[in-house]
Amino acid sequence: MTQQEALFNYCLRLADNSLILGHRLSEMCSKGPFLEEDIATSNIALDLIGQANELLQYAGQVEGKGRNEDDLAFKRSERDFFNVLLAEHLNTDFAVVIMRQFLLDAFDFHFYGELKKSTDATLAAIAEKSHKEIVYHLRHSSKWVERLGDGTEESNRRIASALNDLWRFTGELFEMTEVDNLLLKAGIAVDLASIESAWKKTVADTLQRATLTIPENTFMQRGSREGKHTEHLGYLLAEMQHLHRTFPGVEW
Amino acid sequence: MSDTQGAVWEVFVQSKPGQAHKHCGSVHAHDKEMALQNARDLYTRRSEGTNIWVVLADAIVASSPEDVASFFEPANDKVYRHPTFYHVPEGITHM
Repeated sequence: MTQQEALFNYCLRLADNSLILGHRLSEMCSKGPFLEEDIATSNIALDLIGQANELLQYAGQVEGKGRNEDDLAFKRSERDFFNVLLAEHLNTDFAVVIMRQFLLDAFDFHFYGELKKSTDATLAAIAEKSHKEIVYHLRHSSKWVERLGDGTEESNRRIASALNDLWRFTGELFEMTEVDNLLLKAGIAVDLASIESAWKKTVADTLQRATLTIPENTFMQRGSREGKHTEHLGYLLAEMQHLHRTFPGVEW
Repeated sequence: MSDTQGAVWEVFVQSKPGQAHKHCGSVHAHDKEMALQNARDLYTRRSEGTNIWVVLADAIVASSPEDVASFFEPANDKVYRHPTFYHVPEGITHM
């Protein structure tokens, strides 16, 4: 694997995390518990899709085959997406939406904090810009985890069950592949092992305030690094891509 | 059905450091932090401000329309009560 191939894959992985999570969150538009929260959620979805846009643009440049961000977002199929499984998880209820967001916001907070120091100037600049937004995302989701956990009997039951359901998808967030190791040597990638303990501390602190505890089950689902996904991603892509695939090159 | 949107909070935004906070609207929220975040999302997403205040609408004491006459209509025969004899020096802003 060349460094260029590795960088292309790395950019796709980061872009897909933002794109798929952003799309999932955009499905919540008009379904929020009340107007202000609906707007907050949609704003965060827009931030994420904006980040994906920049990362996909850069991925296209790195690849050098003339594909732009739209080609990469709308013309790849499921097995060519590298977002983590957690990002594609369904919006089962508000607690799941919040817990999924919180676990990923906490990851992004530490990840992009480190990526600012990347020797790749474009990635460092994207990280600098994204990190500001992520600080806010994390503030929003962690406060909701606290409210729901330390709220009513029902809200506590729901957020606790969301945590239990989603925990098994957090292992692969820190999985290092050949891509990571190659780019790490060049000072481009983030050492995922080095941010894992910081992530755990952020998560544990909020969970404690929310009167929740980290699940003891240690089975971890994986696969996204090879493009292997849960059954949910195909349906998401079908909806996200159908317009572009039906009317190639459509503009509005 | 009961209202699940939370309390109403009034939002005041300061557009530049040093300037007064201006009332710009209201938001629903269940606690202080949520009120602040909702206000930020609704009123300052496009760099409109440098600082936000949120105040529980219930905490604001307002005069009522019946008070208009006694509160706001000054006796016009007492000209010395009106600051029309003073000149504002040039270059003074925000007055």
